Amino acid sequence: MARFDSLLDVCGDTPLIGLPRLSPAVPDGAPPVRLWAKLEDRNPTGSVKDRAAMYMVRAAEADGRLRPGATILEPTSGNTGISLAMVAKLRGYRLVCVMPENVSTERIQLLRMYGAEIIFSPAAGGSNQAVATAKQIAAEHPDWIMLYQYGNEANARAHYETTGPELLRDLPTLTHFVAGLGTTGTLMGTGRYLREKNPDVQIIAAEPRYGELVYGLRNIDEGYVPELYDASVLTRRFSVGTRDAVLRTRQLVDVEGLFVGFSTGAVAHAALAVAHEAAKTGRAADVAFLVADAGWKYLSTGAYTGTLNDAETALEGQLWA
Amino acid sequence: MAIDVRIPTILRSYTGGAKAVSGAGDNLSELLANLDGTYPGLRGRLITPEGGLHRFVNIYVNDEDVRFLGSLDAKISDGDTVTILPAVAGGAFGLAAAAAVLGR
Repeated sequence: MARFDSLLDVCGDTPLIGLPRLSPAVPDGAPPVRLWAKLEDRNPTGSVKDRAAMYMVRAAEADGRLRPGATILEPTSGNTGISLAMVAKLRGYRLVCVMPENVSTERIQLLRMYGAEIIFSPAAGGSNQAVATAKQIAAEHPDWIMLYQYGNEANARAHYETTGPELLRDLPTLTHFVAGLGTTGTLMGTGRYLREKNPDVQIIAAEPRYGELVYGLRNIDEGYVPELYDASVLTRRFSVGTRDAVLRTRQLVDVEGLFVGFSTGAVAHAALAVAHEAAKTGRAADVAFLVADAGWKYLSTGAYTGTLNDAETALEGQLWA
Repeated sequence: MAIDVRIPTILRSYTGGAKAVSGAGDNLSELLANLDGTYPGLRGRLITPEGGLHRFVNIYVNDEDVRFLGSLDAKISDGDTVTILPAVAGGAFGLAAAAAVLGR
């Protein structure tokens, strides 16, 4: 069906498309190795985060934390803020985002368009500065609600109940699922569902490796691991640098006509690695990876054109995923 | 040939400021012991007193997380690149800020 009562009802059920040109070639008669992309940019605000935002808001409404007119506070560097801004608008909440200055200008414009208020923390201070800013705001406004996507079970549940079942429905022969690791919600929820249905399925994480300026940590003990993260759900975990992410992002447009954001380039890099391993060892594989968003929001970085060195420089110090 | 080890900014005080150093060993455990000989104290920042990998440290062999390759037993060969990073994941910014607000 292609008719919906409102934008909130059109979330999920995204297309899964084959990538025959990018999939590794195998000799005649050898088991096929196929790559598939799940297009989460086909959600209401153009990213996978719409699923989590809807689930988290509905859960908070159901347990009485969110009441009409409430203010939601969200420290975010991007897509979650945009998703929440749309859901908040339609459900009658106010959204305040705390974000670093070093995110792309499109994200800031989108948030403002959807009616979110933005408080910036200086890029130079990295996470520490963001922590200080968010703490101060929260202390001044104790009645504001934080949905805390890193520890909110509704985030992972959105994927357990929707992304996972959709993948298996569309690709019953799926052998590998690859996605980006941020809040870990996508991988935890989808991974648990797929593992329950097929214990042999491989769940693979790709995390962006930023330039060190972005981290801004003073020592190891200031690290963070999201509460949602459970390493036992994963089979493997890859760290993907800016150069590889940009290279794959460009390859996806060039070879398959798929225009994605840089985090998806990182995910495709890991997906290609496992697909080529399968091809080399003569094993059949259906590798599905998740396209978290399209490239529109990142055009202003300039990293889609020019040399790889220029692109790396352009993304240096940016939160590109 | 040796193993190329990338050191994060916050641990470069142990390597005299070097961003990348060379080490040797057949697995991660041996490599860290070898590095500690040249850069005393480095291993102690990565390994807990109980002998496991520090919770907020991620180590990658050729971009793959060693926790899924046998942790300290992860095999390493000459020519490999080992990357040490603080655990902050992709959502570093929001997570740090949100967790702090909630006092976690």
